[in-house]
Amino acid sequence: MEVKEIIRPENLVYRRTPLMTDANLSYCPGCGHGTVHRLIMEVVEEMGIQEDTIGIAPVGCSVLAYDFMNIDCTQAAHGRAPAVATGIKRLWPDKYVFTYQGDGDLAAIGTAETIHACNRGENITIFFVNNGIYGMTGGQMAPTTLEGMKSSTSPYGRNNATMGPPYKITEMVAQLEGVHYVTRQAVHKPGPVRKAKKAIRKALELQKENKGLSLIEFVSNCNSGWKMTPNDSNTWMEENMFPFYPMGDI
Amino acid sequence: MAKAKGAIVVDVERCKGCQVCMVNCPTDTIGMATEVNGKGYHYAYMKNPENCTGCTNCAIVCPDGVITVYRVKQN
Repeated sequence: MEVKEIIRPENLVYRRTPLMTDANLSYCPGCGHGTVHRLIMEVVEEMGIQEDTIGIAPVGCSVLAYDFMNIDCTQAAHGRAPAVATGIKRLWPDKYVFTYQGDGDLAAIGTAETIHACNRGENITIFFVNNGIYGMTGGQMAPTTLEGMKSSTSPYGRNNATMGPPYKITEMVAQLEGVHYVTRQAVHKPGPVRKAKKAIRKALELQKENKGLSLIEFVSNCNSGWKMTPNDSNTWMEENMFPFYPMGDI
Repeated sequence: MAKAKGAIVVDVERCKGCQVCMVNCPTDTIGMATEVNGKGYHYAYMKNPENCTGCTNCAIVCPDGVITVYRVKQN
């Protein structure tokens, strides 16, 4: 059968969701941010809640998320997305409110907002993309940078004795009473992508049932910050990030 | 047994040539073109179109969502 005969509208099995805008993604080639954006929008499309979803973009690489997601979005000061989400959710309890944050935003500058929003059990969803580095500003060390990992502010590798060990904020907030669902996922291969999509759907459905806060961490790559090719960075992530940040529900 | 035949369409101008689709293709269908697109990236294309089964693995890992997948079942 010729390729031209296969490419017909009735044979379509997968297409880019129309909830992603036509704007070109500003991310580096191979960056996991684009995949996470698309998965969230696919779930929003499948649940039919485009009109009722409000996203909050962070500061960081994904600061322009409002340009790429065709839903109502706002943008918060650095690290303050959970606080803004709290306000929005309390004003519109019927809307689906999510924040989309990186590790520098959520685990460093926004630690207080994250922990207190989790402790209060606000009925929001936090999508947390952890690539172990401050990607946007040039690859500086983040709280989540692994021991021995080189970054522009730890050129000899992170030294736990002077810089402190990396910390797992996902496990930390999982202890809090207000948090209902915490999971860690990845988006570097088809299998993990399918699991991540199920987790996103579960988190948004829990929000409908007023179960409390849900947080999904995506362990992702930063090939530019790590100075690797996209596929090398995915392999490096599997070998080094996954032992420290294990996959699955917490 | 019914055999699935597939085909992909790559949005050439959006593709950033990251090769994640190529590595995750189980049937070695996808290759990177020797030509470049408007941004200067070597874009993905169907190197072995006869191998494609339309499994959608390439499309769901594509960070930029440039791949559209079609599939038919043959008897």
